[in-house]
Amino acid sequence: MLFKNFFKSALSESDVTDENIYRQRRELLTKMGYLGAGALVSGLSPYGHANWFSGDKKPNFVTSDLTYKAAENISGQLLTSEEKVTTHNNFYEFGSQKHQPFELSQQFKVNPWQLKVSGECDKPFTLDYDDLFKRFELEERIYRLRCVEAWSMVIPWQGFSLANLLKQASPNSKAKYVVFETLHDPEQMPGQANRRLGGGIQYPYTEGLRIDEAMNSLTLLSVGLYGKTLPPQNGAPIRLVVPWKYGFKSIKSIVSIKLVSSPPQTTWNQLAPQEYGFYANVNPMHDHPRWSQATERRITGNGLFAASRINTLPFNGYGEQVAHLYKGMDLHKYY
Amino acid sequence: MKTAIKSEKVSSKRKVNDAFIGKGKGKGKGTILIVKLLIHCISITPLVIIYMQAFTGHLLGDPVEQLIHFTGIGAFNLLLITLCVSPLAKKFGLHFLMKVRRLLGLYSFFYALLHLSNFLAFDLQFDGALFISEVIKRPYITVGMLAFMILTMLAITSHNQLKKKMGKQWQSLHNCSYFIVLLVSVHFYWSVKSELTSPLFYAGLTLLILLLRYKKLKNLISSRFSQ
Repeated sequence: MLFKNFFKSALSESDVTDENIYRQRRELLTKMGYLGAGALVSGLSPYGHANWFSGDKKPNFVTSDLTYKAAENISGQLLTSEEKVTTHNNFYEFGSQKHQPFELSQQFKVNPWQLKVSGECDKPFTLDYDDLFKRFELEERIYRLRCVEAWSMVIPWQGFSLANLLKQASPNSKAKYVVFETLHDPEQMPGQANRRLGGGIQYPYTEGLRIDEAMNSLTLLSVGLYGKTLPPQNGAPIRLVVPWKYGFKSIKSIVSIKLVSSPPQTTWNQLAPQEYGFYANVNPMHDHPRWSQATERRITGNGLFAASRINTLPFNGYGEQVAHLYKGMDLHKYY
Repeated sequence: MKTAIKSEKVSSKRKVNDAFIGKGKGKGKGTILIVKLLIHCISITPLVIIYMQAFTGHLLGDPVEQLIHFTGIGAFNLLLITLCVSPLAKKFGLHFLMKVRRLLGLYSFFYALLHLSNFLAFDLQFDGALFISEVIKRPYITVGMLAFMILTMLAITSHNQLKKKMGKQWQSLHNCSYFIVLLVSVHFYWSVKSELTSPLFYAGLTLLILLLRYKKLKNLISSRFSQ
C-alpha cells in the first residue's frame, strides 16, 4: 500500500506538505544520514558539523555598537577576521571544542549582570550591566592574543584599564593579588552542567594576577570587540585581556574581582601545575611539556591556509612594557 | 577414543584456518564485493566532506585541529574494527569478513597517514626541524610516530606476493598490530588536555580486544621469553 502510493503518486512530498515542515524534515534526514555515516568513523566526537546541518536554528546573540576612542594599528599586523575571532574560541563553559562556544552560547543572558569588586579595599562596589559601558571611558586596544596551545590572533578590543576600576575601590596595603571569577550558572552554561562537555575542569573558572600586573596599563577589561559589545563566546559582557600572558589568563564573563593578600588558586594551574603556571607569561624559551612554545600558528581568517607559522616573542612582544615586573625572577621556575 | 577427539579438534581448526586463508566456501564473491564497497563508501565519504569544508573555509572553530582529531580518531576506530574481524569470524562463523580485513587495515593506515600529514602540513606548516624535535621531545608524539612506522610496515607487507615470500615471518610481523593498538591508546591518552572520558573509553576497548586474544598473546609472550 505504502509502496503503491509512493510509486503512483505524481505529487512530490513537498507539494502536499507545508514548505517549512518539508524543509525541516529534509534537514533532519540529512543530519541523521550524515551523523550516521560520520559517527562510524569519527566515534564519539562529531567534530564541527552539528551547526552545518542543524535544522532548528535559533537566532544569534545580538550585539550593539559601542562608542569609544579608536586606536591605530601601530604594529601593522594583519587583524584576525571578526568571523574567526567569534567562531574559534576556548570557553569550556560552553564546550571544550573550539567551535562549540559559538554554537552553544547564543541564548546566553548578559543583562542583568552584576560585577562585584571586593576584598582588601576601602570602597568595594558593584557594577550593573549598564555601568560596564558607562562608568569608565571606553578605548580601543589592538592586541596580539597568544594561546598556550601555540596559536595566535590579532584582535581589536574595546574596554578600559583594569587599573581604573581597581583605583575606584581604593585597595589597601594588604592587597597583593587580584582574583577573578567567571559566572557559575550550569543552566546557562552547559559545560558546567556536563563534565564531558566542560572538559573536566573545576568551575567556577578562577584566574589571578599579582597586583602590579593588574595595575599595569596594558591590562584591559574588555566589553567589546570590533566596535560592538562582546558576544557570549568571547566572554560577554566583560572579560579580562592580559596580552603578554597566555590566553587562559584572560578570564571571561567575570562576576567577581577580589583583592586578596595571598597567592590565589587558579583553575588550570590547579588542574595541571606542571603544565600551566600561575604567571603563564608568553615565553618561547620555556616549552609546554607536550609541545614547543618557540613558534605559533597565527590565524588571520577562515580556511586551512589563512594561517602562518611565526616566531613567538618573549612576553608576546610586550617586553618593553612588562619585563621589569619580573626582574630577577627565574622565568623557568616561575613559568 | 581420546585420540579421535583430538583429531576431530585438529580438523575443525584446519577448516577454520582454510576459511581464513580464503579457501572456505562461505559467502560468495558478491557479498564480499558489497561489503568492500560499503567499507570504501563509509571510509571515504566523511573525509571528502570534512576536507571540502576545511578547504572552503566552512569549518567553524579550528579547521586544523578538527582535521587532525578527525583523522586520528578515524584511524584508531578503523584499527579497532580491523582487530575485531578475526574474533567475529571465529565466534560467529562470519569467515567472509576475513576477506575484507586487509582493506580495513589499509584504511586505518590511510587515516593515520592523513593524521600525520595534517599535523606536518597545516599545524607545523612544513617546519621540518620543529617536526623532528617534537617527535623526539614529546613522548606522546614519539609514541604516535612509532605506532605509525610499524603500521607503515604492515601496510607495505600487506601485498599478497610479499605475504607469500615472507612465509612465517609475515604472521609474526603482523602480530605487531596488538602492540600498535596499545601505543595508539597511550598516544591518545597523553595528547588530551583535560577531559579523559574519551581516551579512557578507547583504552577500555583496546584492552577488551586484546583480552579476546588472551591465549594467543600469552603464547606469544611466553615464546618470546623462552627463546
